[in-house]
Amino acid sequence: MTTTNYTATNSSVGIVETQYYTYAERGKEHKLESGDTLGPITLAYETYGELNANKSNAILALHALSGDAHAAGVHKGQDNAGWWDDMIGPGKAFDTNRYFVICSNIIGGCKGSTGPSSINPATGKPYALDFPFITVADMVHAQRHLIDHLGIERLLCVSGGSMGGMQALQWVASYPERVRSAIPIATALKHSPQQIAFNEVVRQSIMADPAWREGNYYEYGQPEKGLSVARMIGHITFMSDQSMEEKFSRRLKSGKFSFGFDPDFEVEGYLHYRGANFVKRFDANSYLYITKAFDYFDLSGKKLIPHGKIIDTRFLVISFKSDWLYPSYQSQEIVRLLKRRHVDATYCELNSTYGHDAFLVEVEEQTTLITHFLDKTFNGYLVVDRYGI
Amino acid sequence: MASEEIRIDHSIIYSIVEPGSRVLDLGCGEGDLLYPLVRDKQVRAQGIELDDKAIQECVKKGLSVFHDDIENSLREYPDHSFDYVILNQSMQEVKKVDYVIREALRIGGKVIVGFPNFAYIKSRLMLFFHGKAPITKSLPYLWFDTPNVRFLSITDFRDFCAEKKIRIMEAHYLGEGEMVSFWPNLLALNAIFVLVK
Repeated sequence: MTTTNYTATNSSVGIVETQYYTYAERGKEHKLESGDTLGPITLAYETYGELNANKSNAILALHALSGDAHAAGVHKGQDNAGWWDDMIGPGKAFDTNRYFVICSNIIGGCKGSTGPSSINPATGKPYALDFPFITVADMVHAQRHLIDHLGIERLLCVSGGSMGGMQALQWVASYPERVRSAIPIATALKHSPQQIAFNEVVRQSIMADPAWREGNYYEYGQPEKGLSVARMIGHITFMSDQSMEEKFSRRLKSGKFSFGFDPDFEVEGYLHYRGANFVKRFDANSYLYITKAFDYFDLSGKKLIPHGKIIDTRFLVISFKSDWLYPSYQSQEIVRLLKRRHVDATYCELNSTYGHDAFLVEVEEQTTLITHFLDKTFNGYLVVDRYGI
Repeated sequence: MASEEIRIDHSIIYSIVEPGSRVLDLGCGEGDLLYPLVRDKQVRAQGIELDDKAIQECVKKGLSVFHDDIENSLREYPDHSFDYVILNQSMQEVKKVDYVIREALRIGGKVIVGFPNFAYIKSRLMLFFHGKAPITKSLPYLWFDTPNVRFLSITDFRDFCAEKKIRIMEAHYLGEGEMVSFWPNLLALNAIFVLVK
């Protein structure tokens, strides 16, 4: 089952391979939150490290909007490391010498899991807009099937940043007894009007491109202009004013003004580059469906922990000072809710200048927090004894 | 403050807290007070701390901490969430002392307050003879560089408790290395009070 290869480098999980799990076959379709059904469903996933004998060391890493199952290591013959390679590996925050880490691509995605670009068995063509609307709860429901399939009763931890953090919270809401701890990072209990507004502009820019063709573009190619603008908007929100100043300032691409509308400034060039790259790797309809899914996300009030329910899931909540897309006050809302319900939790706002991107790049402090938090969750009070003052 | 005093005040609080109780430490720093309580007395501990480096140290010790300032950290807790709420060497850094003590008494059965005594004899002498803002072992900061915003004596705090109808269950007075039993307002560097509603 495991694809780990420790020989590659000391701090990398090495060569990994994406695997696939299919369920919800005909007659056993997955009932979605919207009331629609979906099936069969394939989930692309990767695993790193070894599952221990009593299956108590499994961690589910949850990816953000445009992420995929490839969280760590490299694929054979390629050199692009997984999206959380800095955090998952031998001796890293999610230490694959000790833990068994799973990452699955969400449903609705386009990286091997069933989504709008998958073939609809009813028509033999891509679903396009016939794909049903999905929610974060549906994504987590699908992941639960994968975890069942892997024979894991209780996860040591669920963790992710941004929309990955929402999935972590949703895991607690949907299956609290199956989660020993949760690490939601740079995320929110519910999408704010500002976040919904950005997503709506993103969707409109895709749908305004004539090449989108009401979603039926698969024979013709992606709505490149619309999708690329959508991603450019995204990248603005992922950075901070300060990180953009540090990265680009007002530097010009060619040293002088062109007095034309081609990109003059480096920041423009960067956004164009990011947009153009994204078109090659991400399906426009997936972007529409997934952004809608996290706009619908709302675990405020009694939805995270139902009234009267006592949960023993431990929490580590992390936010970043310069993140204005998922500002710290949203993480504090999670913390306030946990306080009201006497849930064992730690919260830390890290002092990063990287904006929302920080959850991917601020490795050192996150590693300290996560390493020790997991150690305590896994080993309980043994850790306390071990510290020894 | 010298580490000697820290150890004395920590050991006093350590002896006050009952095993297995629920403890909230407001301004827990690096968790040096909570850690032995968790290790030896199996208390269920929660810290509140503003400094993110200190939080990292707490997490290394296996402690649970919230990154927050004390005044903002109390509102959400239901009544009687803790057996003890500790405000050790942090009350003098709080602006809304009245509010914080009231909230601490609401969410905790007992409130343990430890603070430096501004009326300590060496403070008085420094002010009287040198005409300068006092610097002592328990108040070691220069006037322009102190985290403290409230300066009080033991008598001030007793008056405060009397006015607010807060009952003082225990009082401990710390001098230079030993406990003080006479004229604490004159001879104690630090005081530790156990309060109940």
